[in-house]
Amino acid sequence: MTALLDVRDLNAWYGESHVLHGVNLQVDEGETVCILGRNGMGKTTTLRSIMGLVRKRSGAIGFAGRDLMTMPLHHVARAGLGFVPEERGIFATLSVDENLMLPPVVAPGGMTLDEIHALFPNLKERRNSPGTKLSGGEQQMLAMARILRTGARCLLLDEPTEGLAPVIIEAIGNVLRELKKRGMTVVLVEQNFRFASRVADRFYVMDHGVMTHEFPVGELDARMDMLHETLGV
Amino acid sequence: MTMIFGIPIQAFLGQLLVGLINGSFYALLSLGLAVIFGLLRVINFAHGAQYMLGAFVAFLGLKHLGIPYWAALVVAPLVVGAFGALIERTMLSRLYNLDPLYGLLFTFGLALTLEGTMRWYYGASGQPYSAPAALTGAIKLPFMVLPIYRAWVIVASLVVCLAVWALIEKTRLGATLRAATENPSLVQSFGINVPMLLTLTYALGAGLAALAGVLAAPIYQVSPLMGSNIIIVVFAVVVVGGMGSILGAIVTGYLLGVAEGLTKVFYPEASNIVIFVIMAIVLILRPAGLFGKEG
Repeated sequence: MTALLDVRDLNAWYGESHVLHGVNLQVDEGETVCILGRNGMGKTTTLRSIMGLVRKRSGAIGFAGRDLMTMPLHHVARAGLGFVPEERGIFATLSVDENLMLPPVVAPGGMTLDEIHALFPNLKERRNSPGTKLSGGEQQMLAMARILRTGARCLLLDEPTEGLAPVIIEAIGNVLRELKKRGMTVVLVEQNFRFASRVADRFYVMDHGVMTHEFPVGELDARMDMLHETLGV
Repeated sequence: MTMIFGIPIQAFLGQLLVGLINGSFYALLSLGLAVIFGLLRVINFAHGAQYMLGAFVAFLGLKHLGIPYWAALVVAPLVVGAFGALIERTMLSRLYNLDPLYGLLFTFGLALTLEGTMRWYYGASGQPYSAPAALTGAIKLPFMVLPIYRAWVIVASLVVCLAVWALIEKTRLGATLRAATENPSLVQSFGINVPMLLTLTYALGAGLAALAGVLAAPIYQVSPLMGSNIIIVVFAVVVVGGMGSILGAIVTGYLLGVAEGLTKVFYPEASNIVIFVIMAIVLILRPAGLFGKEG
């Protein structure tokens, strides 16, 4: 069986600066895969290059049998990939509802508004507030919810727990487990591996623009020494 | 004779009306500029030329094809909007990743080219374009005589400005436009064709300028230079209102038109510069403009 998302020898540049040096990443349908690594190692760039937001790149990116390398940015979402950026990307001039309804539905099977409001009750209460008047946690929920509406098959999630209170992190973990039950494929970038260990099936460790290790969640305990060394935690 | 502030009320109301008329054109034109600047980050120096082209499409359409005024109100914005889309797609879109100065220089060059071309064919003098019969004549009010065409211009401009404002602030398409203004690449990553949105926005701005041109044709004459005469004032309006602010462009357009008209009553010598004096004061006290956001 070929992977849903298949990234091979991905190189990427920001201007003259060569950030990714041959990234390999395979994600099967329904899997939650977590990329661990310190700041500046290329985790965010990996997601942004897969999505097509970083255009200066080489290598191969396949998704559901389609070649993403030659695809214009606005076709990637229609292929079934959804991206939740680290900075969340909530629009200040749009209300919560407008933010939620902004991404077009790309495939059947996305969540309905009622399902989203059941999963994220705050978004219903504050539907008419400007998007950026929400708390950090609510903005993260909104950034995820608006992609879940679209019917995307694979979610690229960049540090969803960053700067959030433990109770919010717990709620995001619940959402991810709910998504897994529904068969959603998730690529998660995290620094918080205690959180990641509760939701991920498999881990990649990233260092200086390449994947240095790859292991299933069951081997997490055995890999602790390596993780402490690589992540500096 | 009734007096107001020591001025005959007829003179006062007459200039108020002239101010509102001018304000209607300022509002329509600065609205288009604000829409284009908001999304494309391009200062569209060709806006005056597109206004002039709108008037010429009406004039030539009537002369050669018998297109009446009412049809010209639709045809001219479509023709000039399509021309704008072509320019954006083939030329302007190549400049987005460069310094904003290139967009400004390009549209300035485009304006000069369009004006020069029209001057070559039609000369610098104005051509008359008469208002349709239904809009000629005047209504006699107790305190003044109101030409019907001028009343029509004020009403039409208000309706169009409100419609564009509602399109941007109240609709799904408008929400997409606002989001693309804030973060175009993220919006595109959602699957929205942002390059197409930019083309349509430029066409909308150019079309609004053309509509103003058709409305202006019976009041001012149709001349290749009509755009460069008004566009400098319109830039001042946009600066006072705040770059990119839709509501700011509309309200400031009318306000400055009226301010200019009333200055003609009280201190006629200053009427040509009052808008620029206001601009200077606003820039000193509120550099982002009356409706602009700081930073």
